[in-house]
Amino acid sequence: MDESLLRSLTPGVLAVLVRRGADFAAAEDAVQDALVEAVRVWPADPPRDAKGWLVTVAWRRFLDATRADAARRRREDLVDEEPASGPAPAVDDTLQLYFLCAHPSLTPASAVALTLRAVGGLTTRQIARAYLVPEATMAQRISRAKRTVSGVRFDRPGDVATVLRVLYLVFNEGYSGDVDLATEAIRLTRQLAARVDHPEVAGLLALMLLHHARRAARTAPDGSLVPLAEQDRGRWDTRAIAEGVGILQAALARDRLGEFQAQAAVAALHADAPTAEETDWVQIVEWYDELARLTDSPVVRLNRAVAVGEADGPRAGLAALAALDDSLPRHAAVAAYLHERDGDLVTAARLYAEAARKASSLAERDHLTRRAARLNARGCR
Amino acid sequence: MAKYLLLKHYRGAPAAVNDVPMDRWTPEEVSAHMQYMSDFAVRLEGTGEFVDGQALAPEGAWVRYDGEGRPPVTDGPFAETKDLIAGWMVIDVDSYERAVELAGELSAAPGAGGKPIHEWLEVRPFLTAPPTITE
Repeated sequence: MDESLLRSLTPGVLAVLVRRGADFAAAEDAVQDALVEAVRVWPADPPRDAKGWLVTVAWRRFLDATRADAARRRREDLVDEEPASGPAPAVDDTLQLYFLCAHPSLTPASAVALTLRAVGGLTTRQIARAYLVPEATMAQRISRAKRTVSGVRFDRPGDVATVLRVLYLVFNEGYSGDVDLATEAIRLTRQLAARVDHPEVAGLLALMLLHHARRAARTAPDGSLVPLAEQDRGRWDTRAIAEGVGILQAALARDRLGEFQAQAAVAALHADAPTAEETDWVQIVEWYDELARLTDSPVVRLNRAVAVGEADGPRAGLAALAALDDSLPRHAAVAAYLHERDGDLVTAARLYAEAARKASSLAERDHLTRRAARLNARGCR
Repeated sequence: MAKYLLLKHYRGAPAAVNDVPMDRWTPEEVSAHMQYMSDFAVRLEGTGEFVDGQALAPEGAWVRYDGEGRPPVTDGPFAETKDLIAGWMVIDVDSYERAVELAGELSAAPGAGGKPIHEWLEVRPFLTAPPTITE
Protein backbone atom coordinates (compact mmCIF):
# COMPACT_ATOMS: atom_id res chain seq x y z
CA MET A 1 0.00 0.00 0.00
CA ASP A 2 1.53 3.31 -1.12
CA GLU A 3 0.87 5.78 1.69
CA SER A 4 2.37 8.76 -0.11
CA LEU A 5 -0.04 8.11 -3.00
CA LEU A 6 -2.96 8.21 -0.56
CA ARG A 7 -1.61 11.38 1.02
CA SER A 8 -1.22 13.10 -2.33
CA LEU A 9 -4.74 12.09 -3.42
CA THR A 10 -6.52 13.05 -0.19
CA PRO A 11 -6.73 16.84 -0.71
CA GLY A 12 -8.16 16.42 -4.21
CA VAL A 13 -10.83 14.01 -3.03
CA LEU A 14 -11.71 16.28 -0.12
CA ALA A 15 -11.91 19.21 -2.52
CA VAL A 16 -14.39 17.40 -4.78
CA LEU A 17 -16.69 16.69 -1.84
CA VAL A 18 -16.49 20.25 -0.56
CA ARG A 19 -17.22 21.64 -4.01
CA ARG A 20 -20.24 19.36 -4.33
CA GLY A 21 -21.60 20.99 -1.22
CA ALA A 22 -20.44 18.74 1.59
CA ASP A 23 -19.75 20.41 4.90
CA PHE A 24 -16.00 20.57 5.48
CA ALA A 25 -15.97 18.42 8.62
CA ALA A 26 -18.41 15.86 7.22
CA ALA A 27 -16.41 15.69 3.99
CA GLU A 28 -13.26 15.01 5.94
CA ASP A 29 -14.90 12.21 7.92
CA ALA A 30 -16.14 10.66 4.70
CA VAL A 31 -12.69 10.88 3.11
CA GLN A 32 -11.13 9.24 6.18
CA ASP A 33 -13.65 6.40 5.86
CA ALA A 34 -12.77 6.02 2.20
CA LEU A 35 -9.06 5.88 3.02
CA VAL A 36 -9.64 3.14 5.58
CA GLU A 37 -11.64 1.25 2.99
CA ALA A 38 -8.84 1.73 0.45
CA VAL A 39 -6.25 0.30 2.83
CA ARG A 40 -8.52 -2.74 3.29
CA VAL A 41 -9.50 -3.35 -0.33
CA TRP A 42 -6.68 -2.12 -2.57
CA PRO A 43 -3.96 -4.69 -1.77
CA ALA A 44 -6.17 -7.48 -3.17
CA ASP A 45 -8.04 -5.42 -5.72
CA PRO A 46 -6.20 -2.27 -6.84
CA PRO A 47 -8.40 0.25 -8.68
CA ARG A 48 -7.53 1.52 -12.14
CA ASP A 49 -8.38 5.13 -11.22
CA ALA A 50 -7.36 5.59 -7.59
CA LYS A 51 -8.73 9.11 -7.18
CA GLY A 52 -12.02 8.27 -8.90
CA TRP A 53 -12.38 5.25 -6.64
CA LEU A 54 -11.79 7.37 -3.52
CA VAL A 55 -14.22 10.08 -4.68
CA THR A 56 -16.95 7.51 -5.33
CA VAL A 57 -16.53 5.76 -1.98
CA ALA A 58 -16.16 9.00 0.01
CA TRP A 59 -19.20 10.55 -1.64
CA ARG A 60 -21.26 7.44 -0.90
CA ARG A 61 -20.11 7.57 2.74
CA PHE A 62 -20.99 11.23 2.92
CA LEU A 63 -24.48 10.58 1.52
CA ASP A 64 -24.99 7.67 3.93
CA ALA A 65 -23.96 9.81 6.90
CA THR A 66 -26.15 12.67 5.78
CA ARG A 67 -29.18 10.43 5.17
CA ALA A 68 -28.76 8.80 8.54
CA ASP A 69 -29.28 12.15 10.17
CA ALA A 70 -33.00 12.77 9.93
CA ALA A 71 -32.68 16.30 11.26
CA ARG A 72 -30.72 17.15 8.20
CA ARG A 73 -33.33 16.03 5.73
CA ARG A 74 -33.42 19.35 4.01
CA ARG A 75 -29.77 19.16 3.18
CA GLU A 76 -30.23 15.60 2.01
CA ASP A 77 -32.67 16.88 -0.56
CA LEU A 78 -30.09 19.42 -1.60
CA VAL A 79 -27.29 16.90 -2.02
CA ASP A 80 -29.56 14.50 -3.86
CA GLU A 81 -30.04 17.14 -6.50
CA GLU A 82 -26.29 17.33 -7.02
CA PRO A 83 -24.82 15.22 -9.80
CA ALA A 84 -23.49 12.05 -8.21
CA SER A 85 -20.39 11.52 -10.30
CA GLY A 86 -17.92 13.12 -12.66
CA PRO A 87 -16.02 16.15 -11.38
CA ALA A 88 -16.73 19.33 -13.35
CA PRO A 89 -13.76 19.67 -15.67
CA ALA A 90 -13.57 23.47 -15.64
CA VAL A 91 -13.08 23.72 -11.88
CA ASP A 92 -9.80 23.04 -10.10
CA ASP A 93 -10.98 21.61 -6.80
CA THR A 94 -7.65 21.70 -5.04
CA LEU A 95 -7.29 25.37 -5.87
CA GLN A 96 -10.63 26.04 -4.23
CA LEU A 97 -9.41 24.16 -1.19
CA TYR A 98 -6.43 26.57 -0.97
CA PHE A 99 -8.81 29.52 -1.00
CA LEU A 100 -11.14 27.95 1.55
CA CYS A 101 -8.26 27.25 3.96
CA ALA A 102 -6.99 30.83 3.62
CA HIS A 103 -10.42 32.34 4.12
CA PRO A 104 -10.25 35.88 5.58
CA SER A 105 -12.58 34.88 8.45
CA LEU A 106 -9.82 32.63 9.88
CA THR A 107 -7.00 33.80 12.14
CA PRO A 108 -3.55 33.29 10.60
CA ALA A 109 -2.86 30.39 12.98
CA SER A 110 -6.11 28.64 12.04
CA ALA A 111 -5.56 29.22 8.34
CA VAL A 112 -2.10 27.69 8.60
CA ALA A 113 -3.35 24.66 10.51
CA LEU A 114 -6.27 24.05 8.17
CA THR A 115 -4.08 24.39 5.07
CA LEU A 116 -1.58 21.86 6.38
CA ARG A 117 -4.42 19.49 7.26
CA ALA A 118 -6.62 19.82 4.18
CA VAL A 119 -4.28 20.78 1.35
CA GLY A 120 -1.13 19.23 2.73
CA GLY A 121 -2.81 16.08 4.01
CA LEU A 122 -0.77 16.12 7.24
CA THR A 123 -2.19 14.48 10.34
CA THR A 124 -3.23 16.61 13.30
CA ARG A 125 -0.45 15.00 15.33
CA GLN A 126 2.18 15.97 12.76
CA ILE A 127 0.98 19.58 12.69
CA ALA A 128 0.84 19.75 16.49
CA ARG A 129 4.41 18.48 16.74
CA ALA A 130 5.65 20.94 14.16
CA TYR A 131 4.16 23.80 16.18
CA LEU A 132 5.12 22.36 19.58
CA VAL A 133 1.61 22.35 21.00
CA PRO A 134 -0.43 19.43 22.38
CA GLU A 135 -2.34 17.39 19.84
CA ALA A 136 -5.64 18.27 21.57
CA THR A 137 -4.90 21.98 21.18
CA MET A 138 -4.20 21.60 17.49
CA ALA A 139 -7.28 19.41 17.03
CA GLN A 140 -9.41 22.18 18.55
CA ARG A 141 -7.76 24.82 16.41
CA ILE A 142 -8.49 22.80 13.28
CA SER A 143 -12.06 21.93 14.19
CA ARG A 144 -12.82 25.57 15.01
CA ALA A 145 -11.36 26.55 11.67
CA LYS A 146 -13.57 23.96 9.96
CA ARG A 147 -16.64 25.31 11.74
CA THR A 148 -15.72 28.86 10.72
CA VAL A 149 -15.57 27.99 7.04
CA SER A 150 -18.44 25.51 7.06
CA GLY A 151 -21.10 26.75 4.73
CA VAL A 152 -18.67 28.89 2.76
CA ARG A 153 -19.18 28.08 -0.91
CA PHE A 154 -17.04 29.25 -3.72
CA ASP A 155 -18.64 30.75 -6.75
CA ARG A 156 -15.77 33.13 -7.48
CA PRO A 157 -12.02 32.87 -7.06
CA GLY A 158 -10.58 33.78 -3.67
CA ASP A 159 -7.75 36.14 -2.94
CA VAL A 160 -4.37 34.75 -4.05
CA ALA A 161 -2.58 37.22 -1.78
CA THR A 162 -4.21 35.66 1.30
CA VAL A 163 -3.17 32.16 0.22
CA LEU A 164 0.38 33.36 -0.35
CA ARG A 165 0.50 34.91 3.10
CA VAL A 166 -0.55 31.60 4.67
CA LEU A 167 2.09 29.66 2.73
CA TYR A 168 4.71 32.25 3.67
CA LEU A 169 3.80 31.81 7.35
CA VAL A 170 4.23 28.05 7.05
CA PHE A 171 7.61 28.49 5.37
CA ASN A 172 8.84 30.94 7.96
CA GLU A 173 8.31 28.65 10.93
CA GLY A 174 11.78 27.51 11.78
CA TYR A 175 10.74 24.33 13.54
CA SER A 176 11.40 20.96 12.11
CA GLY A 177 10.06 17.85 13.74
CA ASP A 178 9.05 14.81 11.75
CA VAL A 179 7.55 17.26 9.28
CA ASP A 180 9.75 19.90 7.75
CA LEU A 181 7.48 22.92 7.38
CA ALA A 182 9.79 24.74 4.97
CA THR A 183 9.83 21.76 2.61
CA GLU A 184 6.08 21.34 3.04
CA ALA A 185 5.51 25.03 2.20
CA ILE A 186 7.61 24.66 -0.95
CA ARG A 187 5.67 21.55 -1.97
CA LEU A 188 2.33 23.33 -1.51
CA THR A 189 3.49 26.50 -3.27
CA ARG A 190 4.70 24.37 -6.19
CA GLN A 191 1.23 22.82 -6.44
CA LEU A 192 -0.34 26.26 -6.32
CA ALA A 193 2.04 27.61 -8.97
CA ALA A 194 1.04 24.74 -11.26
CA ARG A 195 -2.61 25.72 -10.90
CA VAL A 196 -2.63 29.47 -10.87
CA ASP A 197 -0.82 31.76 -13.26
CA HIS A 198 0.23 34.71 -11.12
CA PRO A 199 3.64 36.41 -10.97
CA GLU A 200 3.54 36.68 -7.17
CA VAL A 201 2.95 32.93 -6.78
CA ALA A 202 6.08 32.42 -8.86
CA GLY A 203 7.80 35.13 -6.81
CA LEU A 204 7.01 33.36 -3.54
CA LEU A 205 8.11 29.99 -4.90
CA ALA A 206 11.39 31.53 -6.10
CA LEU A 207 11.89 33.23 -2.72
CA MET A 208 11.36 29.97 -0.83
CA LEU A 209 13.69 28.00 -3.10
CA LEU A 210 16.43 30.62 -2.85
CA HIS A 211 16.28 30.76 0.94
CA HIS A 212 15.95 27.04 1.31
CA ALA A 213 19.00 26.55 -0.90
CA ARG A 214 21.15 28.27 1.73
CA ARG A 215 19.65 26.46 4.68
CA ALA A 216 22.38 23.88 5.25
CA ALA A 217 24.97 26.66 5.55
CA ARG A 218 22.92 28.86 7.89
CA THR A 219 23.58 26.95 11.09
CA ALA A 220 26.70 25.37 12.54
CA PRO A 221 26.50 21.75 13.79
CA ASP A 222 25.87 23.07 17.33
CA GLY A 223 22.81 24.99 16.11
CA SER A 224 24.37 28.45 16.26
CA LEU A 225 23.68 30.94 13.47
CA VAL A 226 26.22 31.48 10.71
CA PRO A 227 25.87 34.99 9.22
CA LEU A 228 25.52 35.23 5.46
CA ALA A 229 29.04 36.61 4.94
CA GLU A 230 30.62 33.69 6.82
CA GLN A 231 28.58 30.90 5.24
CA ASP A 232 30.35 28.13 3.33
CA ARG A 233 28.93 28.82 -0.11
CA GLY A 234 29.96 25.36 -1.24
CA ARG A 235 27.11 24.04 0.91
CA TRP A 236 24.46 26.05 -0.91
CA ASP A 237 22.15 23.96 -3.06
CA THR A 238 23.03 25.21 -6.55
CA ARG A 239 20.21 23.29 -8.20
CA ALA A 240 17.58 24.97 -6.04
CA ILE A 241 19.26 28.34 -6.66
CA ALA A 242 19.19 27.82 -10.42
CA GLU A 243 15.54 26.80 -10.28
CA GLY A 244 14.63 29.79 -8.10
CA VAL A 245 16.47 32.24 -10.33
CA GLY A 246 14.80 30.79 -13.44
CA ILE A 247 11.32 31.05 -11.92
CA LEU A 248 12.04 34.60 -10.73
CA GLN A 249 13.32 35.77 -14.12
CA ALA A 250 10.22 34.44 -15.87
CA ALA A 251 8.03 36.22 -13.30
CA LEU A 252 9.92 39.53 -13.51
CA ALA A 253 9.67 39.44 -17.32
CA ARG A 254 5.91 39.82 -16.96
CA ASP A 255 6.38 43.27 -15.48
CA ARG A 256 3.90 42.90 -12.63
CA LEU A 257 6.19 43.41 -9.68
CA GLY A 258 5.07 42.46 -6.19
CA GLU A 259 6.81 42.18 -2.84
CA PHE A 260 7.62 38.46 -3.08
CA GLN A 261 9.31 38.95 -6.46
CA ALA A 262 11.30 41.88 -5.07
CA GLN A 263 12.34 39.88 -1.99
CA ALA A 264 13.29 36.98 -4.22
CA ALA A 265 15.39 39.36 -6.33
CA VAL A 266 17.39 40.32 -3.21
CA ALA A 267 17.81 36.66 -2.31
CA ALA A 268 18.91 35.89 -5.87
CA LEU A 269 21.59 38.58 -5.74
CA HIS A 270 22.98 37.02 -2.55
CA ALA A 271 22.81 33.56 -4.07
CA ASP A 272 24.57 34.73 -7.23
CA ALA A 273 27.63 36.16 -5.49
CA PRO A 274 30.60 33.75 -5.55
CA THR A 275 31.93 35.40 -2.36
CA ALA A 276 30.37 37.78 0.18
CA GLU A 277 32.70 40.55 -1.05
CA GLU A 278 31.37 40.21 -4.58
CA THR A 279 27.74 40.78 -3.54
CA ASP A 280 26.09 43.41 -5.72
CA TRP A 281 24.94 45.64 -2.86
CA VAL A 282 24.13 48.56 -5.15
CA GLN A 283 21.47 46.50 -6.92
CA ILE A 284 20.24 45.14 -3.59
CA VAL A 285 19.67 48.71 -2.36
CA GLU A 286 17.65 49.37 -5.53
CA TRP A 287 15.46 46.33 -4.82
CA TYR A 288 14.94 47.48 -1.25
CA ASP A 289 13.82 50.84 -2.65
CA GLU A 290 11.26 48.96 -4.75
CA LEU A 291 10.20 46.95 -1.70
CA ALA A 292 9.82 50.09 0.41
CA ARG A 293 7.62 51.53 -2.35
CA LEU A 294 5.49 48.34 -2.43
CA THR A 295 5.11 47.65 1.28
CA ASP A 296 6.17 50.66 3.34
CA SER A 297 7.31 48.13 5.95
CA PRO A 298 9.73 49.29 8.67
CA VAL A 299 11.49 45.93 8.47
CA VAL A 300 12.23 46.61 4.81
CA ARG A 301 13.71 50.01 5.66
CA LEU A 302 15.85 48.41 8.35
CA ASN A 303 17.17 45.85 5.86
CA ARG A 304 17.72 48.66 3.39
CA ALA A 305 19.93 50.45 5.92
CA VAL A 306 22.11 47.33 6.12
CA ALA A 307 22.37 47.21 2.33
CA VAL A 308 23.20 50.94 2.18
CA GLY A 309 25.92 50.32 4.77
CA GLU A 310 27.45 47.69 2.50
CA ALA A 311 27.03 49.68 -0.71
CA ASP A 312 28.09 53.16 0.48
CA GLY A 313 29.95 52.48 3.73
CA PRO A 314 28.90 52.17 7.38
CA ARG A 315 28.45 55.93 7.86
CA ALA A 316 25.85 56.03 5.09
CA GLY A 317 24.15 53.00 6.66
CA LEU A 318 24.04 54.71 10.06
CA ALA A 319 22.57 57.81 8.44
CA ALA A 320 19.82 55.68 6.86
CA LEU A 321 19.27 53.99 10.21
CA ALA A 322 18.98 57.31 12.05
CA ALA A 323 15.72 57.98 10.21
CA LEU A 324 14.12 54.84 11.72
CA ASP A 325 12.41 54.23 15.04
CA ASP A 326 14.92 52.56 17.36
CA SER A 327 12.21 50.42 18.97
CA LEU A 328 12.08 48.28 15.81
CA PRO A 329 13.03 44.64 16.30
CA ARG A 330 16.71 44.13 15.39
CA HIS A 331 17.35 47.87 15.19
CA ALA A 332 20.08 47.63 17.84
CA ALA A 333 21.63 44.62 16.10
CA VAL A 334 21.90 46.54 12.83
CA ALA A 335 23.31 49.62 14.59
CA ALA A 336 25.85 47.43 16.39
CA TYR A 337 26.99 45.85 13.13
CA LEU A 338 27.37 49.23 11.38
CA HIS A 339 29.32 50.72 14.31
CA GLU A 340 31.59 47.68 14.33
CA ARG A 341 32.27 48.15 10.62
CA ASP A 342 32.93 51.80 11.28
CA GLY A 343 35.57 50.90 13.88
CA ASP A 344 33.68 52.10 16.97
CA LEU A 345 34.03 48.84 18.87
CA VAL A 346 32.94 50.15 22.27
CA THR A 347 29.60 51.40 20.97
CA ALA A 348 29.24 48.23 18.90
CA ALA A 349 29.77 45.98 21.96
CA ARG A 350 27.23 47.92 23.99
CA LEU A 351 24.66 47.73 21.18
CA TYR A 352 25.26 44.01 20.57
CA ALA A 353 24.55 43.37 24.26
CA GLU A 354 21.38 45.48 24.05
CA ALA A 355 20.31 43.66 20.87
CA ALA A 356 20.90 40.29 22.59
CA ARG A 357 18.53 41.26 25.42
CA LYS A 358 15.85 42.16 22.86
CA ALA A 359 16.32 39.14 20.58
CA SER A 360 13.26 36.95 20.14
CA SER A 361 15.01 33.75 19.17
CA LEU A 362 17.48 31.73 21.17
CA ALA A 363 19.96 31.29 18.31
CA GLU A 364 19.87 35.01 17.56
CA ARG A 365 20.41 35.92 21.20
CA ASP A 366 23.38 33.59 21.52
CA HIS A 367 24.85 34.92 18.30
CA LEU A 368 24.59 38.56 19.43
CA THR A 369 25.90 37.73 22.92
CA ARG A 370 28.97 36.09 21.36
CA ARG A 371 29.61 39.15 19.19
CA ALA A 372 29.39 41.46 22.20
CA ALA A 373 31.66 39.16 24.22
CA ARG A 374 34.21 39.01 21.41
CA LEU A 375 34.42 42.82 21.15
CA ASN A 376 34.59 43.24 24.92
CA ALA A 377 37.38 40.66 25.21
CA ARG A 378 39.33 42.52 22.55
CA GLY A 379 38.87 45.82 24.44
CA CYS A 380 40.21 44.35 27.70
CA ARG A 381 43.45 43.07 26.22
CA MET B 1 1.66 32.19 16.65
CA ALA B 2 3.84 32.80 19.62
CA LYS B 3 4.05 31.17 23.00
CA TYR B 4 3.86 33.06 26.26
CA LEU B 5 4.34 32.01 29.86
CA LEU B 6 1.81 33.40 32.34
CA LEU B 7 3.33 33.36 35.81
CA LYS B 8 1.34 33.49 39.03
CA HIS B 9 3.36 34.44 42.08
CA TYR B 10 2.91 33.48 45.73
CA ARG B 11 5.35 36.23 46.54
CA GLY B 12 7.48 38.66 44.61
CA ALA B 13 4.76 40.24 42.52
CA PRO B 14 3.29 43.65 43.40
CA ALA B 15 0.39 43.34 45.87
CA ALA B 16 -3.02 42.44 44.45
CA VAL B 17 -5.88 44.94 44.77
CA ASN B 18 -8.08 42.45 46.65
CA ASP B 19 -5.13 41.21 48.70
CA VAL B 20 -6.47 38.72 51.24
CA PRO B 21 -4.49 35.50 51.85
CA MET B 22 -6.28 32.46 50.50
CA ASP B 23 -6.53 30.78 53.93
CA ARG B 24 -8.86 33.58 55.07
CA TRP B 25 -11.31 32.94 52.26
CA THR B 26 -14.45 30.87 52.77
CA PRO B 27 -14.35 27.37 51.29
CA GLU B 28 -16.92 28.53 48.72
CA GLU B 29 -14.67 31.39 47.69
CA VAL B 30 -11.75 28.98 47.26
CA SER B 31 -13.91 26.68 45.15
CA ALA B 32 -15.11 29.57 43.01
CA HIS B 33 -11.50 30.62 42.45
CA MET B 34 -10.41 27.12 41.43
CA GLN B 35 -13.42 26.76 39.17
CA TYR B 36 -12.58 30.04 37.44
CA MET B 37 -9.02 28.91 36.76
CA SER B 38 -10.11 25.55 35.45
CA ASP B 39 -12.85 27.06 33.27
CA PHE B 40 -10.27 29.45 31.87
CA ALA B 41 -7.96 26.57 30.90
CA VAL B 42 -10.82 24.61 29.35
CA ARG B 43 -11.88 27.63 27.33
CA LEU B 44 -8.34 28.10 26.00
CA GLU B 45 -8.24 24.43 25.04
CA GLY B 46 -11.37 25.13 23.04
CA THR B 47 -9.83 28.08 21.22
CA GLY B 48 -6.67 26.09 20.49
CA GLU B 49 -4.57 28.48 22.57
CA PHE B 50 -3.74 26.25 25.54
CA VAL B 51 -0.35 24.56 25.69
CA ASP B 52 0.23 23.57 29.31
CA GLY B 53 -0.29 24.66 32.88
CA GLN B 54 0.70 23.45 36.34
CA ALA B 55 0.42 24.57 39.94
CA LEU B 56 3.54 24.52 42.10
CA ALA B 57 3.89 23.79 45.80
CA PRO B 58 4.95 26.80 47.88
CA GLU B 59 7.95 24.96 49.31
CA GLY B 60 11.07 25.52 47.27
CA ALA B 61 14.77 25.88 47.90
CA TRP B 62 17.77 27.53 46.34
CA VAL B 63 20.36 24.91 45.50
CA ARG B 64 24.01 25.47 44.64
CA TYR B 65 27.09 23.42 43.78
CA ASP B 66 29.49 23.50 46.72
CA GLY B 67 32.65 22.07 45.21
CA GLU B 68 34.07 18.65 44.34
CA GLY B 69 32.92 15.79 46.57
CA ARG B 70 30.55 17.89 48.67
CA PRO B 71 26.77 17.80 48.70
CA PRO B 72 24.98 20.74 47.09
CA VAL B 73 24.16 23.68 49.34
CA THR B 74 20.53 24.55 49.97
CA ASP B 75 19.29 27.84 51.30
CA GLY B 76 17.97 26.49 54.60
CA PRO B 77 14.80 27.45 56.39
CA PHE B 78 14.61 31.07 55.30
CA ALA B 79 12.56 30.50 52.16
CA GLU B 80 9.96 33.10 53.07
CA THR B 81 12.24 35.92 51.93
CA LYS B 82 12.37 34.96 48.27
CA ASP B 83 10.08 35.22 45.23
CA LEU B 84 7.86 32.20 44.78
CA ILE B 85 5.97 31.04 41.74
CA ALA B 86 2.56 29.56 42.51
CA GLY B 87 1.90 28.20 39.07
CA TRP B 88 2.18 28.81 35.39
CA MET B 89 0.32 28.46 32.15
CA VAL B 90 1.73 28.37 28.65
CA ILE B 91 -0.43 29.79 25.88
CA ASP B 92 0.09 29.89 22.12
CA VAL B 93 -1.60 32.99 20.71
CA ASP B 94 -1.69 35.16 17.60
CA SER B 95 -0.28 38.31 19.18
CA TYR B 96 1.22 39.95 22.25
CA GLU B 97 -2.03 41.88 22.65
CA ARG B 98 -3.94 38.61 22.91
CA ALA B 99 -1.50 37.33 25.54
CA VAL B 100 -2.03 40.48 27.62
CA GLU B 101 -5.80 40.23 27.18
CA LEU B 102 -5.80 36.64 28.46
CA ALA B 103 -3.50 37.46 31.39
CA GLY B 104 -5.93 40.25 32.28
CA GLU B 105 -8.82 37.78 32.29
CA LEU B 106 -6.90 35.33 34.45
CA SER B 107 -6.11 38.13 36.90
CA ALA B 108 -9.86 38.65 37.34
CA ALA B 109 -10.27 35.28 39.11
CA PRO B 110 -12.54 35.76 42.14
CA GLY B 111 -11.07 35.86 45.65
CA ALA B 112 -12.23 37.12 49.04
CA GLY B 113 -15.82 38.35 49.03
CA GLY B 114 -16.30 36.83 45.56
CA LYS B 115 -14.60 39.92 44.10
CA PRO B 116 -11.82 39.70 41.50
CA ILE B 117 -8.35 39.55 43.05
CA HIS B 118 -6.78 41.89 40.48
CA GLU B 119 -3.51 40.09 41.10
CA TRP B 120 -0.44 40.90 39.03
CA LEU B 121 0.54 38.20 36.55
CA GLU B 122 3.83 38.12 34.75
CA VAL B 123 3.68 37.63 30.95
CA ARG B 124 6.90 36.40 29.32
CA PRO B 125 7.41 35.53 25.66
CA PHE B 126 9.22 32.28 24.84
CA LEU B 127 12.36 32.56 22.81
CA THR B 128 11.66 30.92 19.48
CA ALA B 129 13.62 29.04 16.90
CA PRO B 130 14.95 31.46 14.28
CA PRO B 131 12.63 32.04 11.33
CA THR B 132 13.64 30.56 8.01
CA ILE B 133 14.22 34.01 6.56
CA THR B 134 16.33 36.54 8.39
CA GLU B 135 18.83 37.89 5.89
